[in-house]
Amino acid sequence: MEALLKVESVVKTFPGVKALDGVNLNIYQGEIHTLLGENGAGKSTLMNVLNGLYSPDSGTLRINGQPYVFRSPKDSIKAGIGMVHQHFMLVYNNTVFENILLAVSDLPFWLDKKKLRIRIKEILDRFGLHIELDEPIRKLSIGQQQWVELVKLLIRDCKVLILDEPTAVLTPQESDRLFGFLKQFKEEGRSVIFISHKMREVMELSDRVTVLKKGTTVKELVRGEFDETVLAGLMIGTDEIPVWEKERKEFKETVLSIEHLFAEKEKNMSDLIDFSLELRKGEILGIAGVAGNGQKTLAEVLTGLKPPLSGKIYADGKDITNADSRKAYIAGIAHVPEDRKSMGIAPEMSVDENLILKSYKEKPFRKFIFQNFKAIKENAEKQIADFAIKAGPKGTPIRLLSGGNIQKVIIARELSMRPSVLVALYPTRGLDMGSAEYVHKVIMDARKDDMSTIVISEDLDELLKLSDRIAVMFRGRITGIVDPEHTSREEIGLLMSGEAAQ
Amino acid sequence: MIEILLFATIKAGTPLLFATLGAILMERSGVINLGVEGLMLVGALTGFAAAHTTDSLFMGVITAFFAAMAAGAIHGFICVYLRGNQIVSGLSLTMFGIGITSLFGRSFVGLTISGFSKVEIPVLSKIPYIGQALFNQDVLVYFSILLVVAIHIFFYRTKTGLYLRSVGENPGAADTSGINVGLYRMSAVLVGSGLAGLGGAYLSLAYTPFWVENMTAGRGWIAVALVIFAQWNSTRAMAGAYLFGGINAVQLRMQAMGTSLSPHLLMMLPYLFTIAVLVIATLRLEKGSTPEPEALGTPYDREDRK
Repeated sequence: MEALLKVESVVKTFPGVKALDGVNLNIYQGEIHTLLGENGAGKSTLMNVLNGLYSPDSGTLRINGQPYVFRSPKDSIKAGIGMVHQHFMLVYNNTVFENILLAVSDLPFWLDKKKLRIRIKEILDRFGLHIELDEPIRKLSIGQQQWVELVKLLIRDCKVLILDEPTAVLTPQESDRLFGFLKQFKEEGRSVIFISHKMREVMELSDRVTVLKKGTTVKELVRGEFDETVLAGLMIGTDEIPVWEKERKEFKETVLSIEHLFAEKEKNMSDLIDFSLELRKGEILGIAGVAGNGQKTLAEVLTGLKPPLSGKIYADGKDITNADSRKAYIAGIAHVPEDRKSMGIAPEMSVDENLILKSYKEKPFRKFIFQNFKAIKENAEKQIADFAIKAGPKGTPIRLLSGGNIQKVIIARELSMRPSVLVALYPTRGLDMGSAEYVHKVIMDARKDDMSTIVISEDLDELLKLSDRIAVMFRGRITGIVDPEHTSREEIGLLMSGEAAQ
Repeated sequence: MIEILLFATIKAGTPLLFATLGAILMERSGVINLGVEGLMLVGALTGFAAAHTTDSLFMGVITAFFAAMAAGAIHGFICVYLRGNQIVSGLSLTMFGIGITSLFGRSFVGLTISGFSKVEIPVLSKIPYIGQALFNQDVLVYFSILLVVAIHIFFYRTKTGLYLRSVGENPGAADTSGINVGLYRMSAVLVGSGLAGLGGAYLSLAYTPFWVENMTAGRGWIAVALVIFAQWNSTRAMAGAYLFGGINAVQLRMQAMGTSLSPHLLMMLPYLFTIAVLVIATLRLEKGSTPEPEALGTPYDREDRK
């Protein structure tokens, strides 16, 4: 059988990096094809080549044996390729309706909104999706935004659908629903290219897997030839996966206590309602829940970015309820934000500078009114070595690093302040296995030094592995606190949907 | 009295309205243009020169539109295709406009033409108080009002308008939907610059039918501020332009009546108001939302790794 879509020895260079170095890929009709590889292996770059955003330096692209050159995404759309980008391509100030219209290929010059609305409703109904069409995208949760992106592909009637880490932002239930769709697409004879780091999903879905490493194809395997160990081995190669173990610990002292907290409501996002929680010294407290149930508000209140309406927060017995961000941080709370690129770093600045964003005023980084560049450099060298950060040539803007390395920089910076409490939101979202395990190990090491961590995550496997206790949130309240060793995914799932509480 | 003031208000507001509409068109595509002042001057001079030489006001208007468009093309090319700094490019465009019009305008100083005359619309112009002010104006005033409606319809009722707004909000999303970001931005800059030129031409062909150096007197800058006041919305732009026209009209009248206030102070009024309006417009915003096109001022590079 001939491949529907064939990528042959494609090379793509960016200033300073060879992102793709002769990569090959064969996509057959009616299959779910998983692309595996660490961050920086070139998966997203390759997908952006297929999407027409990047034009390759060399190599060929064939569809049904015919060579194609994509000059723009328009050519790619014409060829029947559609993609949900990892960072959604949505117009945030426009409504859902207007965003979906962008995908309608035969859009008439005069927009007959009534007629178009009926047409879009039909498609939504066909797939059993309920999205409020007149809501601006920015008021939607990330999960809902992804459905909008998916609807855009469905409207285009693509032959090849590319999904770049679609499940990173979905709940287990939503993921299952997505997988249902993907399998349905397959039945209809469409091909799906799927990128994920979650092995369970890869095993469940894939008909074929292509493993990439450093911009080249390592291996192509069909179902039956691979299992989790084989894939992990191919992906990581000779690199070591950090190993760690959780020691049993006794917890007594309370470092942070939250009492009857209420916080302001934002549209479509649950606020905090009479929220009480205690964090003990040296403990890792996981917070499970579907995104948009108040986790973000909780993190923002704890780190001082948002004032609570009422209630109290005590750190080491000291009232920090109304402290601003700076004071809260002085009280020893570190923050790994949800959106690492927009909140965690100054994208155009170098790794060295990003590592001292919070401590540039402290000794030894300051000399009178000047910065001590020697100390800054030494600090960077140490952190880069300690955290195994691949920082690229000196002075590289941090935004050019892969997601995993950016996250390492953020965590290195936050931990270098020796905080007593770390609030981490989705710390491993979008990270490959190696990087994710590394982040876990670092948090676990800090636990040994009695740092307390609140890990907010949607990845239940991560929470079960990492946490000493798991609190489950639903609509701004805690619906239960469970012991990871005596609970099940089902129990947590029920608490997440609020059913157990009723 | 009210009728005369209202009439003067609309006349003084019209050049601002053209320029603001032009700027809105450009900024909705994501390109900020601080060269409006220069474009207005180019429009004012070329419009006057063409009208004087050909003895046709229509030719004057057409020439002003295309001359300003040509000047705007420089800005468009720098911002859209060379991905240059839009602020710097716009500022240079203003300097360029001031310089080139004072150079080539010398020989036109002191010449006169007969400007646009009033066209009375039957029935409507008989409405008491507002009839004469609104419906006994020149054709360019009527055209500017039509343009307000047309641009609103264009933005919210047509495919091209939706695409243009998307380009200004998130060029990446537009690009991956198959929309030619560069083409949309360039076209918006061209047409928008032409409209700014019309604003200038209104000054030299209708408002005061002669040419003097630097005759726009900062109106281009007021237009840039009005875009923010109008929250990138063409109907609000009309309210804003007439508001400023009104202040101007009142100010002139007060001078004519001979108040004890210094004329310099009175002439400052529109500009003081610009600042006040910016403060109010910003304060009124709903928290967390901004009517500003999200990608305003940022060049789009498809291959940039974000």
